Amino acid sequence: MRYLYFPGCSLKGTGRAYEESLLAVFGALGVELQEIDDWNCCGATAYMSVDETKSYALAGRNLALAEREDLDVIAPCSACYLVLNKTQKGLAEHPELHRKVVKALKAGGLDYKGTVRVRHPLDVLVNDVGLDKIAALIKNPMKGHRFATYYGCQIVRPYATFDDQDDPMTMEKLLKAAGAECVSYPLKTRCCGGSLTGTLPEVGLRLAYILIKEAKKRGAEAIVTVCPLCQFNLDGTQGQIAKKYERVDLPIVYFTQILGLAMGISASELGLTRGIIPAQAVLAGR
Amino acid sequence: MNKNSESVPSGKGESLPSRHGGPMPAEPKIVAFFCNWCTYTAADLAGVSRLKYAPNVRVIRVMCSGRVDPQFVLDAFARGADGVLLGGCHPGDCHYAEGNYKTLRRMRMLARMLKDMGIHDGRFRLEWISGAEGDKVKAVVNDMTAKVRALGPLNMPDRFKEWDKEMVHAR
Amino acid sequence: MEHPQEKNGRPRIGFYICHCGSNIASMIDVAEVQQYIAALPGVKVSRDYKYMCSDPGQEMIAQDIREHKLERLVVAACSPNLHEETFRKAAVKGGLNAFYFQMVNIREHAAWVHTDRRSATEKTKDLARAAVYRVHFHKALEKRQVPVSPEVLVVGGGIAGIHAALTLANAGKKVTLVEREATIGGHMAMFDKTFPTLDCAACILTPKMSAVKSHPNITLWTYSEVVQVEGYVGNYKVTVKRKPRYIKEDLCVGCMECIDACVFKEPKFSDKFNQGLGKRKPIYIDFPQATPKVVLIDPQTCIQFKTGKCKKTCVESCDREAIDFAQKEEMRELQVGAIVLATGFKTFDAKREPHYGYGRYPGVFTALEIERLVNASGPTAGEVVGRDGKHPRAVGIIHCVGSRDEKTNKWCSRVCCMYSLKLAHLIQEHSGAEVYNFYIDMRAPGKAYEEFYDKLLAEGVHFVRGRVAEVTDWAMTPEEEGRLVLRVEDTLAGFVRRIPVDMVVLSTGLEPQADAQAVRRCFNIGCGSEGFFQERHPKLAPVNTFTDGIFIAGACQAPKDIPDTVAQAGAAAAEALVLIDSGHVELEPNTSYVVEEECSGCKSCVPLCPYTAISFDGEKKKAMINEVLCKGCGVCVAACPSGSIRQNLFDDDEIFSEIEGVMAK
Repeated sequence: MRYLYFPGCSLKGTGRAYEESLLAVFGALGVELQEIDDWNCCGATAYMSVDETKSYALAGRNLALAEREDLDVIAPCSACYLVLNKTQKGLAEHPELHRKVVKALKAGGLDYKGTVRVRHPLDVLVNDVGLDKIAALIKNPMKGHRFATYYGCQIVRPYATFDDQDDPMTMEKLLKAAGAECVSYPLKTRCCGGSLTGTLPEVGLRLAYILIKEAKKRGAEAIVTVCPLCQFNLDGTQGQIAKKYERVDLPIVYFTQILGLAMGISASELGLTRGIIPAQAVLAGR
Repeated sequence: MNKNSESVPSGKGESLPSRHGGPMPAEPKIVAFFCNWCTYTAADLAGVSRLKYAPNVRVIRVMCSGRVDPQFVLDAFARGADGVLLGGCHPGDCHYAEGNYKTLRRMRMLARMLKDMGIHDGRFRLEWISGAEGDKVKAVVNDMTAKVRALGPLNMPDRFKEWDKEMVHAR
Repeated sequence: MEHPQEKNGRPRIGFYICHCGSNIASMIDVAEVQQYIAALPGVKVSRDYKYMCSDPGQEMIAQDIREHKLERLVVAACSPNLHEETFRKAAVKGGLNAFYFQMVNIREHAAWVHTDRRSATEKTKDLARAAVYRVHFHKALEKRQVPVSPEVLVVGGGIAGIHAALTLANAGKKVTLVEREATIGGHMAMFDKTFPTLDCAACILTPKMSAVKSHPNITLWTYSEVVQVEGYVGNYKVTVKRKPRYIKEDLCVGCMECIDACVFKEPKFSDKFNQGLGKRKPIYIDFPQATPKVVLIDPQTCIQFKTGKCKKTCVESCDREAIDFAQKEEMRELQVGAIVLATGFKTFDAKREPHYGYGRYPGVFTALEIERLVNASGPTAGEVVGRDGKHPRAVGIIHCVGSRDEKTNKWCSRVCCMYSLKLAHLIQEHSGAEVYNFYIDMRAPGKAYEEFYDKLLAEGVHFVRGRVAEVTDWAMTPEEEGRLVLRVEDTLAGFVRRIPVDMVVLSTGLEPQADAQAVRRCFNIGCGSEGFFQERHPKLAPVNTFTDGIFIAGACQAPKDIPDTVAQAGAAAAEALVLIDSGHVELEPNTSYVVEEECSGCKSCVPLCPYTAISFDGEKKKAMINEVLCKGCGVCVAACPSGSIRQNLFDDDEIFSEIEGVMAK
């Protein structure tokens, strides 16, 4: 099994732990990830609202690079995943935009046909690799650990390609295969406030607080997420939350980190030491 | 190109001037054979629903698409049709159990033959349209009309004349 | 191809074009078409008229035929599906054979679907000219008369099937009612009350159920399914599978002692009739008034079937020796003239809208579950309690679950507003809880329906206009703690509300039965794109289908309430009566025949016919077509290599001349 890998900026920066754990887990599963050569910004930043066509061209370049191989692309960052999918769809539906973007890419010696599939690692793990194969590699099950699964807003909205829009369950399946328990967490696709903490901190902070408080109330020892921005936001704002509301101290981890732990990969290899809120609870018993 | 529409065409490609004559660009004419139970009913439904579609199709009603003799299709082309559309019930839904399967088999063969005769495959179309799919009648008619229009007039009758002349010269 | 005038002179043709008020005339220049056709060879009379189908229009045709000695008739008007028969009759009235007539569809196929008057008029000329060319070749034909079997099959034993069966039986017809469940009654038997009168559903339904059982003209086959339908109008051969209930139906008297005697002391298995809210034993009866009142055994849960080592206390308890573990599935055949399909609906699967939490939160119920909860004979004897056994303080009813939704079903299910009102009333009455209705639009279009809504408003039920975004157990305030919170934009108040309740009722919409596609194929009828059975005409033939002799009634055609269902069932029964009372049916003469002297005896046609109408005469070495079996599809005509098979009404000459006609200039 081989896939192209589009890391995006987060996985090389604030989300390094995501990349480390993702590569470790996929490596252990024997799934090869080949980083797209010369990839660029996915276009998910504020660029979309500044110049839509150019931001489509930016994303289109990554897709065109990927098309040179006959492989699906894994985009682990929720924002990249959404923007790349949105670009595929936008270019397919709007001929004028398509023409402009293709022209721009041609000038750069690239060809865009719209043939590549952009996949989320959750989708690949459950639907391609399969839960049986994953379960077989669980050496150190996360028995007795309880988590709140948090998907964030971007991977199921507006395109629910591999899971339900309102009540996604893929992560639960994976964590269960890893021996962990998942609390019922109805806020799993609510806004984490991540895009607001910079602009309207009082609003963003409250949203983050609601998510963390509810997860704790439901007995979760950590929030498990798939999104580097959510992780960064929920992990990094707990200091401010403590000042404004109360001390919450809940580790925010990636699903790949939990899977990795259960597979017997060390905490440091999985980047579990990088979080601001220490993940001791998660590591308890190993 | 239509200014000299009276003159005798010289080539036998698909760019012959219109047989319709006059200064207006030629509108393609498509002959359709619709089965009574599904596609004809769907066309009735499109009417009742007041869906609007291109006026280029002339529908001939048959009880089953399986009644359509390949010769009907050939005859329509020979008489100057720019396209022929055949509409039947969806596979498995034929009012006569399996007539449309026979249609499918026959028309696959015919399509190959038409290609050999130099008739572009966009000019002959077989569609499954159920009695509930008025919107599909609209979509298919519009799509086929646009495609046939883009191909230009087929003009088999004039081509036959050309070919006849060549035969005379060859002799 | 020869024109008839080359053989025997041109027939004299009359052409008529209809304005259809302004329906046709507003898009087609009828006068121009009339004049154009008048100039064609053979056309002796050409007229346009405001309404050809009216009495004066028909009279005009008849008179012209007589006066001008017309030999052929062409009418350009609406679809032949609508008025072909009308003008055939006009032809006959004028003394012409009905089949010397051809209809041109310029309303549905031209006037209504085009926007450019010029091209619509040109198209009309082409189509009319084709018909004029075509009628040259028409022949005098007679409709075939076939005797009709006087019995009727009704499929589905809900209120629609029950009403249709009783109507037919009361008219003295023999009816077989086939129902796949163990009892008749359908969904209506599950309801507590009916809107807007709040009649007790059982009180009005069970007398009709017993009437079915005791009626001398009705044969009731429950736990049975139609597996095959052959034949044609008036003469259907139907195969019915009778599933084993492991009880001899003629011996069981419904004393239910076997149920008491079962080795399972307590009911243990999910009870389908009570929507899984109650429990039953492996030997059971759906509900006390089940009809027929005969128990059945579920082999999936019965120990005797699973292990073969049961003490069989049920057998001991039955002094009538009605229990028969060896009972086998049986196939039975029926010969009927007409069939009424009343196969009903299924309710939308609430799990398809996971944001409402059905299956996740125990406090979320479907409307059908609540029907059972408020029902005195239901699993809680009418007490409104949650799955946790607690009485709700507040209940939220969410309308349009699986209706009016782009993501699931686009249609309005028509009954949900009203049954939601009914349930609101019943819940309030039974539990005293605060009841909230969350609706998009309140649809109460029926006799005394709006008044019922007014009554509910006066009863203090709360109405919030807005589609509920989600049902969640995420509490933001102490008041919400441990309850279900409905988040909704109140579009009248103009803000988002969080309303805590203890019980949520999902007013699920109505959908086609899961096997509607298989059923329609079995009966050779059509389905609309949403999957309900397709009626022949949405307004004028609402219970007919495109297959003659097969009628539809009730929610299998579209969602509808009980009054409409009963009315439609009566209409379907009446249509079936008309058919079988006439004693015979007339079939279109569009059958095929072999011209013996041209047949080479190649036999290619023989295997093509799905009705085995074609046989091979070994002595003559010719193919033969049995006219009674032939349904007139024409597949063999197109296939005959020597062109020796002809089809009445759709012969080669007729179709080739039509092609010539549309292409001529």
